[in-house]
Amino acid sequence: MGILPAIGAKEVNLELGSLSELLMLLAAMVYAVALILWALDLVRSSRTVRELEASLKAEESKQLVGVGSGAVRTRHENAEVDGQLVDDTMAYDRSAPRRGGARVAIAVMILAVAVHLVAVITRSIAAGRVPWGNMYEFMTTGAFIVAAVFLVALIFKDIRFMGVFVAGLVVVMMCAATMGFATPVQPLQPALQSPWLIIHVSLAVIASALFTLTFAMAVLQLIQSRRQKVLAAGGEDKLPWMRLVPSATSLENAAYRINALAFVLWTITVILGAVWAEAAWGRYWGWDVKEVWSFIIWVLYAGYLHARATRGWTGNRSAWLSIVGYACVIFNFTAVNIIFPGYHSYAGVS
Amino acid sequence: MADSLKDPELPGAGDATEGDAPAGGSAAPSGTKKAAKRAAKAAKAAKNDVAVPALGFWGMIRWAWTQLTTMKTALFLLLLLAVAAVPGSLFPQRSQSPEKVVQYIKDNPFWGNVLDKAQFFDVFTSAWFSAIYLLLFISLVGCVMPRTKQHWQASRRPPARTPARFNRLPESGALELPVDAPSDEEVIKRLEKVLKSRRYRVQAREAHGRVGASVGAERGYSREWGNLLFHYSLVGVLVSVAVGGMFGYSGQRILIEGEGFTNTLVAYDQFSPGNRFNAETLAPFSVQLNKFSIEFNRQERTDGKYGTPVDYTADVTVKDSPDAGARTETIKVNHPLRVDGADVYLVGNGYAPVITVKDSEGKVAFQGPVVAVPQNGTYMSLMVLKVPDTSTGEQLAFQGFLLPTTLYNADGSAYSADPDSNNPTLQLNSFYGDLGLDDGTPQNVYVLDTSKLKELNNRKLDVGGIVLGNTEKSHTYELPDGKGSISFDGLKRYVGIEIHRDPGKAWVGTFAVLAVLGLAISLFVPRRRVWFKLADNASGTERGGRTIEYGLLARGEDPRLAAEAKALRDILKKEFPGLTQVEVTSTITTTQRTLRD
Repeated sequence: MGILPAIGAKEVNLELGSLSELLMLLAAMVYAVALILWALDLVRSSRTVRELEASLKAEESKQLVGVGSGAVRTRHENAEVDGQLVDDTMAYDRSAPRRGGARVAIAVMILAVAVHLVAVITRSIAAGRVPWGNMYEFMTTGAFIVAAVFLVALIFKDIRFMGVFVAGLVVVMMCAATMGFATPVQPLQPALQSPWLIIHVSLAVIASALFTLTFAMAVLQLIQSRRQKVLAAGGEDKLPWMRLVPSATSLENAAYRINALAFVLWTITVILGAVWAEAAWGRYWGWDVKEVWSFIIWVLYAGYLHARATRGWTGNRSAWLSIVGYACVIFNFTAVNIIFPGYHSYAGVS
Repeated sequence: MADSLKDPELPGAGDATEGDAPAGGSAAPSGTKKAAKRAAKAAKAAKNDVAVPALGFWGMIRWAWTQLTTMKTALFLLLLLAVAAVPGSLFPQRSQSPEKVVQYIKDNPFWGNVLDKAQFFDVFTSAWFSAIYLLLFISLVGCVMPRTKQHWQASRRPPARTPARFNRLPESGALELPVDAPSDEEVIKRLEKVLKSRRYRVQAREAHGRVGASVGAERGYSREWGNLLFHYSLVGVLVSVAVGGMFGYSGQRILIEGEGFTNTLVAYDQFSPGNRFNAETLAPFSVQLNKFSIEFNRQERTDGKYGTPVDYTADVTVKDSPDAGARTETIKVNHPLRVDGADVYLVGNGYAPVITVKDSEGKVAFQGPVVAVPQNGTYMSLMVLKVPDTSTGEQLAFQGFLLPTTLYNADGSAYSADPDSNNPTLQLNSFYGDLGLDDGTPQNVYVLDTSKLKELNNRKLDVGGIVLGNTEKSHTYELPDGKGSISFDGLKRYVGIEIHRDPGKAWVGTFAVLAVLGLAISLFVPRRRVWFKLADNASGTERGGRTIEYGLLARGEDPRLAAEAKALRDILKKEFPGLTQVEVTSTITTTQRTLRD
């Protein structure tokens, strides 16, 4: 790394640190409220489903009457299962009735993200560096990115079906951080005082956040594909709320694209990690526990990407690969940091 | 990379409407599988019928090769590689902590030895792990090389033949030209120009049979080049790692403040060369440690982090060769010293008390700093000093602790309260007798075998232990029975440095960067085919009655194909004012509809 300056203040601002911790707790509570609202929205979804269906029918009859020349309107219809209420593009249906519960949930979530942002920034100022120097900071910042990415994505795509998952995940992350890994603001140990901390770890956070999204999609894909099989066999629809979720194939396609991006980011994370390891520990790769598991994750997602081009490995099998890969991401982040002795034991948990 | 790997130019690529799956069509595996099946059938037939020549040695090799290079095998090997890496994190590894491996085998004699035989303590150099990745890389090369040839040929061929019907393509439609539209030739020329401006490779075709004049175009050849680059770069990384390991070396050395080190084999405390290492590659530099300083966290209420180190700095003087001028440098944890192809890293540190031992005749038997090994965060350090060269022949030995900031418990036992040297003391026991050094058996300098020695000083003995401080009164101690004296003259710090040379490093980095580049290209550059075709409008309206039909096909993952179709429509509408859209089929709407109905 040469002559680049070391980062991280040797003296930290404890008052600001305490304020940040309070704000984190507050944000966690607001997320919990959002989670309850998302759950309520899901419970009420049978009503929503009926309303949506009625409106779709009306829309369809309108469309049949006549369409302005040149304007090609897309009809929301699913190729695999009739009556799926989110189409493969996951675009908003302007004619759909308002999902009041979801709207309030989004509003509450925006509030939580705002509080969360202030908490992350104050933490960063208090520590005099980027807010990802230990597990507490990694998790709180990671949760912020997950929530923020979700809210930004909502502007473009109707992924409200993921609301309860995202809010649930963020609440879990915030609870784990504030209860499990609570760490007051502290100065950085010498090995971490490198500009690589900024880029290597931030890329790891983003890649992990994307893997989290695709994990949720893979789980939904498995549920949806099972439901579709039951429906195709003339069975009863036991999970009507899954009509708010896109078809298994479009979930798979979307997850594949996100995973492809996350895989590139993960590759860069691993390479930059090797560059940093070379500067800090004298070797670019030494099969440290963290390196072993990062390698395993890389290989698993490489397998996932290849699976798509392998007959018999698409669909549910590739979803399982994605889930196993994500389990390794979680293992790499939690168990490897806490249980295994290694260079990456930066948990800050004593 | 993945979706297009093993998805070479499809057989009959010209006729794209024939089952050309938009995403990840896996024609190759099925093709190779068919070949494999054929070979297997031939093998069976050979067994049953003596008259038919057997598959033979080369036939078997060919069959095995085909099997190895299928996508399924590659995927299987990938997943196997992930599984095989797991034990490398569960069991201690010799390459990292050999002492833990010894301890593990001691604690679990049976399973430890079984695991050792199965190379579970050397997972990443084990026969089985190597077998998996070597097979994987052979499979990779066997897959990528033919594809390189195929893609080379494909990239020199004109774009695929215009299909007879467009409506089976994921994106298609028809646009009606106005009456005053230019001639067919002119329209084709302009269509060519439009596609060229969007970086397509374009070929105009004359009408033949039922197919009217058309334009075929393809773009995104670099997608496959990126995919190939990625896979070749992985091979490059593997080879560079191997070469670097063969010709490089690494070694360790402890340097006490004031001490120097010249890069020669004898100067190392520990040295591990690669198997092709040549001692002449040792650059003749020298490093002298002038001063080593540690900054500790002195802020209270930082969650047990009070007194933990926040900065290490080693001030050194470096000479590139014995005759070269000296220059001063600093080494820090994230800032190694790079000198003449070798890198010097800070890997450890501790205190080295300066000690003088005099024998019973008052002659100096030992004088100098002694490396003490820190045992915990307060730098309570274990110190062993062996003094074999006394004038009386009776050898002396000392063992005990250095406490940088000494405080005493109520029971009189001493402990170190801080890693800084605020009140350093040495708390020692002493021994005399035969150290067993004279028979030439090498001994660990940090371990004292007291079994053959007689105790001289000990806290439990009446004479008590030795306590040396840094005051005038306390810094010297006269040993009992007139055996001599020991004095604590000062405290220095030492560092553990590691010296590495890895000639493959730059290559590993280069190939890693190329791999990322190739990966990004192969995943994010879309490969698309577009066809435009002129047709007489069958419905024959009062207008020109000519239409431009278009069709788009993605090869591999392409979420923006519909957007590309729309962009092309918009450009055409600008290019030919008065153009009307009469038909549009898109995977997104999944419904085809004719707007004039």
